[in-house]
Amino acid sequence: MKKVFSVLSVAALSLSLVLTGCGSKAPEQGQGGQANAGGGQAAAPTAKIGMVTDVGGVNDNSFNQSAWEGLQKLQKDTGLPEDNVKYLQSTGDADYIPNLTQFVKDGWDLTWGIGFLMGDHVKKVAEENPDAKLAIIDSVVEAPNVASVLFKENEGAFLVGVVAGSMTKTNKIGFVGGIDIPVIKRFEAGFTAGVKAVKPDAQVMIVYTGAFDKPDLGKSTASQMYGSGADIVFHAAGSTGDGVFNEAKDRKSKGENVWVIGVDKDQSLTFGKEITLTSMMKRVDEAVERVSKDVMEGKWDSIKGKTINLGLAENGVGLPETSKDTVPEDVLKVVEDYKQKIIKGEIKVPEEPTK
Amino acid sequence: MNSKIRNIFLADSTLVPLAAILLGLITGAIFMLAGGFDPIKAYGSLLDKVFGTSYGFGETIRQITPLIFTGLSVAFAFRTGLFNIGAEGQFIMGMLASAYVGISFDLPFIIHAPLAIIIGALAGGLWGAIAGYLKAARGVNEVITTIMLNWTALYFANFILNAFLVPQGKQNSEPVKESAIITIGWLSDMFDNARLHWGTLLALIAAVVFYILLWKTKTGFELRAVGLNPHASEYAGMNVNKNVMNAMFIGGLFAGIGGACETLGVFHYMSIMSAMPGYGMDGIAVALIGGNTPIGVVLGAILFGILSFGASGMKFGAGVPVELIRVVIASVIFFVAAHGIVRYFIKPLLARQKEES
Repeated sequence: MKKVFSVLSVAALSLSLVLTGCGSKAPEQGQGGQANAGGGQAAAPTAKIGMVTDVGGVNDNSFNQSAWEGLQKLQKDTGLPEDNVKYLQSTGDADYIPNLTQFVKDGWDLTWGIGFLMGDHVKKVAEENPDAKLAIIDSVVEAPNVASVLFKENEGAFLVGVVAGSMTKTNKIGFVGGIDIPVIKRFEAGFTAGVKAVKPDAQVMIVYTGAFDKPDLGKSTASQMYGSGADIVFHAAGSTGDGVFNEAKDRKSKGENVWVIGVDKDQSLTFGKEITLTSMMKRVDEAVERVSKDVMEGKWDSIKGKTINLGLAENGVGLPETSKDTVPEDVLKVVEDYKQKIIKGEIKVPEEPTK
Repeated sequence: MNSKIRNIFLADSTLVPLAAILLGLITGAIFMLAGGFDPIKAYGSLLDKVFGTSYGFGETIRQITPLIFTGLSVAFAFRTGLFNIGAEGQFIMGMLASAYVGISFDLPFIIHAPLAIIIGALAGGLWGAIAGYLKAARGVNEVITTIMLNWTALYFANFILNAFLVPQGKQNSEPVKESAIITIGWLSDMFDNARLHWGTLLALIAAVVFYILLWKTKTGFELRAVGLNPHASEYAGMNVNKNVMNAMFIGGLFAGIGGACETLGVFHYMSIMSAMPGYGMDGIAVALIGGNTPIGVVLGAILFGILSFGASGMKFGAGVPVELIRVVIASVIFFVAAHGIVRYFIKPLLARQKEES
């Protein structure tokens, strides 16, 4: 009996080996078919664009995901072969440089480093490979072959500040920040300015949790804010902010009238319109698409070594469409007024919080 | 001669891990097939990433180095009958201490770099010794304390970094001084800027030290005796508690040097970590596969280094998610741990060999 088993197990093993052998053929055929289809079109684009995520990974509900969506959209819109846009995920600090180098050494036309954390690494790879083309989000890398993309978060935050200022009933508003870094400071500065613009006597409570990945901390901070009378809380704290939504949901179910303002993406899609008043959208996807397209169209020389600032005028930040369901029309009108004023330069939104 | 080599390869201690690795790879392949990926192409691009370019090869060595250290750390404690889950924390303490010395002191290279490594090693060793002391003096299970000390180390390091070493508005500490850097410039250039450093040599030396210490000295004899049977050792007049502390201290030293080399050789800075680096946990698996022998640990680390560094090549070349390599690694560990199953698979092979001889 035992012998039968061992024979069987060996048979199973060899079978799986054979299976693996068979599996190799199918995808290749698929690819061949695709290539043929692509060959029929005149001058099909051939650019290869890669991106490296930070430790958040590609499903982070935030800028990594947004960036990847941008690349996918680009691939669909321009008819690039599917394999010409790719991402590599980093599991730790040690992965950034090898991942970036992988694309660079393989001769990709553009390599994205997503996020503030990758600044030094993108710089190192750019210096080691002067012919490579790199781009980075949220950080300025001073190298002749890197395009840096910054957002004017303060402008978008100003507008959600206007919403919060117009809609608060208690005259108390909260701001939950992640780590105390320049990017988040811009959120704080813009938001406070926006609130004060429509309601000078409103009080804005500001707390930095010191982490982007601690929902429990976000929940307890939000609990304190709502507890001391705030009715709207704006978070710029990554997944720490998930805790803010969580707390708001708890309180809403008990009949309290509290709201959260989301960040980066349209967070009402994730957390629901009952608690999400609006979101300060940071269009990382648009930025990635835009710069990548520039590279594809041969405009690299005009952006390399430069810092691209995307604000309201460039549609780099703003409110999502869905806000019209939660924010009254007259408030949205005020928001639109301020938006035009900022675009025209009549209002200068501060980048650093006034003390 | 020929038969000698044959004997090495057919020895139980070699055959079981080899079969386990093979079974692990096959399990991974089955998962890939289930996900609609091509396993042959995937493993091909994994190897291509590792051996295809001099850069990839150099970076793989970079990945292997810390695994040797943490593997030795776990294996050393294991020889004394202790389960050191705390290599992770000891590694972090080594990183932190060496970063502190590297940033704050100003010394010539010949003193600075060795000093930073020694302080890093001591930090790791003392961190391990805490668990050893608690076990010896209070009988607290070292599995529990080392796991808890991992988290303590992580947050303690973040606190120190935030308070003293990281400038406002940054995630990384200041770079360590030039004189503390142990990267080998010419070798890095040879490997196309891969981050190669003296730590790799130290790791191999550490493996030799591991062997000499355990098998060629009286201390080593005592350590192993305690591991085999603490009661008999005590009866024979050995101080079991002292040996427990020694084992955890020396195990911690290995992990601490690993952490120091990572900071001084690879990063040249230390960053605020939101999660553990993971080398300590992989070290447990490395020690397990290596059968707690120095050569086994080095080989295990090489395997793990290749698999984990090549994983991104798999994603790049065949679209297989990097997470899948953890399935392969986990199955290898599973098959090594459950060697009864593996023996079952290789039984026909062993039986045939017996018939021949």
